[in-house]
Amino acid sequence: MSVHRYSRVILVIVIYALTVQAVNAQTLRVGSKNFNESYILAEIMAQVLEGAGYDVERKFGLGGTLICYSALLEGEIDLYPEYTGTLTQAILKREGEFTRSELDALMSGEGLRVLPGFGFNNTYALGLAKNRDFSDLKNISDLVARSDLKLVFSHEFLERPDGWPGLVQRYGFKGNPTGIEHGLAFQALANGEIDVTDLYSTDGEIRRYNLQVLEDDRNFFPHYLAFPFTRAELPESAERALLQLSDAIDDDLMSQLNEGVIFEGKSFAEVASGFLSSQQISYRASTSDWKTDLLRNTVTHLKLTGIALGMAIFSGLLISLVIFRINWLTRSTLTIIGLLQTIPSIALLALMIPLFGIGQVPAIIALFLYSLLPIVRNAITALTTIDPVLQEVSVAIGLTPREQLRYVFVPLSLPSILAGVRTAAVISIGTATLAAFIGAGGLGDPIVVGLSLNDTSLILQGAVPAAALAVLTEIGFESLERWLLPAHLR
Amino acid sequence: MLCLMVTAVEFQSVTKIYSGQEVLSNLDLHLEARATTVVVGESGSGKSTLLKLINAVVQPDSGTVFLFGKNISELDGPEHRRKIGYAVQGAGLFPHLTAHQNVTMLAKLENWPSEKIEYRYTQLAEMMNLDQSMNDNYPHQLSGGECQRFGLCRAFMLEPAMLLLDEAFSAIDPITRTSIHDQFMALRHHEPVTTLMVTHDMREAVKLGDRLVILRDGKILQSAPVNEVLDNPADAYVRHLLETQL
Repeated sequence: MSVHRYSRVILVIVIYALTVQAVNAQTLRVGSKNFNESYILAEIMAQVLEGAGYDVERKFGLGGTLICYSALLEGEIDLYPEYTGTLTQAILKREGEFTRSELDALMSGEGLRVLPGFGFNNTYALGLAKNRDFSDLKNISDLVARSDLKLVFSHEFLERPDGWPGLVQRYGFKGNPTGIEHGLAFQALANGEIDVTDLYSTDGEIRRYNLQVLEDDRNFFPHYLAFPFTRAELPESAERALLQLSDAIDDDLMSQLNEGVIFEGKSFAEVASGFLSSQQISYRASTSDWKTDLLRNTVTHLKLTGIALGMAIFSGLLISLVIFRINWLTRSTLTIIGLLQTIPSIALLALMIPLFGIGQVPAIIALFLYSLLPIVRNAITALTTIDPVLQEVSVAIGLTPREQLRYVFVPLSLPSILAGVRTAAVISIGTATLAAFIGAGGLGDPIVVGLSLNDTSLILQGAVPAAALAVLTEIGFESLERWLLPAHLR
Repeated sequence: MLCLMVTAVEFQSVTKIYSGQEVLSNLDLHLEARATTVVVGESGSGKSTLLKLINAVVQPDSGTVFLFGKNISELDGPEHRRKIGYAVQGAGLFPHLTAHQNVTMLAKLENWPSEKIEYRYTQLAEMMNLDQSMNDNYPHQLSGGECQRFGLCRAFMLEPAMLLLDEAFSAIDPITRTSIHDQFMALRHHEPVTTLMVTHDMREAVKLGDRLVILRDGKILQSAPVNEVLDNPADAYVRHLLETQL
């Protein structure tokens, strides 16, 4: 196939990927952050919208507030559940409290709506384990003098002005607490590995792990009233459907719903349907089971890694073949691609969002950049270290530069090139599990949900097939090598 | 008797410089068509550069090289090189190709019909005493001598107008070398192609060559028929070379 046709194929794939999500006008994309309550609220909204006749695409488990917000701003999603305090502090970076209608007015300039709230206040709180005899601790201010305690907070809490930095100002805390994945903090707390962590006041874990919540005696934490955060152009019938949810959930009910997932092992969909039927709100329950989930996630995973790897093989080999005879160019290219590799994968994914939004396109581009290094490095190393005698012979017997590449350089480099592709494939399959954080789906989806719920079986539902895929890929490449290479070159 | 010498290759005042060092200095040389000319000299005398100037792997810094009257620097490189058979020390067979594939590669690229390829291959393999059972062997499955024979087959495959041999018989044990010499001479007798051969082995030069060129530090000390060199060495260095090696 000619270079020209290759690039057309790539172009078609990219355009397809960019447009496939945008064509269906009746499809609404619902986002959520990667913690239990956000999943439940998002699932409730999704089922209500499905009940109102919309197709819903679920982009759940997006990694954090700013990813959700920029996704909403860019139109990558149409709505997600947000909290007033978060909007005020983390997004608008304002002091003080605002009413819902004030916030709605503020956001209209961005083309966004703050719909009436669900009815509960899930504020930040600090919690510790009841069984550890901290009975002398009642208020947050009691904690300030206790330098013996190990304070460990979720990463987002450590950064947010309404989190640790604000607490330090209001209460005068000293010291530098470390960060932890929110879902893992409870287990660590119950095991006595850490002493204090941040909670949400509607967390189901408060009961599960028998936690004590400290009184915010200086009224530091603002209100966190949950509400549907939507784009202004949300269809009116969709807005009407969502309005059925206003003031439908109080703090207690929300804790119960959270517990429903955490204690009783119900799925988000079951909890959402149960709630909606008890409220007699019309909804449509999703009918997914673990088999279809697994199949869908695996297919998505293969699609992400397959496209990224295909692009990396094509452009990596093209780059290598074009530049390998030019010494300074190979060195600088390897340096640049090597630098890309040093960016932590989750950071690279996050960096893609301002450029390409959320979803599969940025994930594919990030995976593509990651796959490039092993392919290019192996190809260039192999091409530049071919036996000088053979290089000389290939010229002297009258091969054209193109024939030298095709009949001598590439076949002789093939073992190393294949090894590079193999490494890239396995890296991609592993890294693609992180793509769930930016809404790309795949086998990372159950892992992300499992992490937020501290649910090992859910984590394994993603991790085991991902590991199996990696092993199958290894085996696949082994047979490919056996098929492509004469025995003595393997 | 009228002896008409046809010139195959002509070097006209050729100078070649590698990183400031003159490897060949203002060199004039005629190679007689259909004869075997052997260039003898120590390492660094410039003998390999002579070969590379003929197949245009390197270009002269000054002067001109003609092949059958044509200025080599004006010819298309690959097309020109395919008319020149080339064999190198250690054979330089491609390790990912079988012996048969190595020998016939260029004929296939030249779109020879397969019957012609097979006919030519069989003819050469027989002349070089190579058994058909080795056709599908990869180079690592062959002995050094077998590799070298296949290397010579590759050089002869396209019925070249000229043959360049760069130490092509070195690195083989003396007994095998003698038999390859004989097979090579038989083949050349059958197909008397203009040959330029480079070696540091005077015995081999005397055995295979029609003419000798003695090269030292980029200059020709003597260029004459073999017997003339043996009878009248041009200077003390040539005499020393003959005395120590023969």
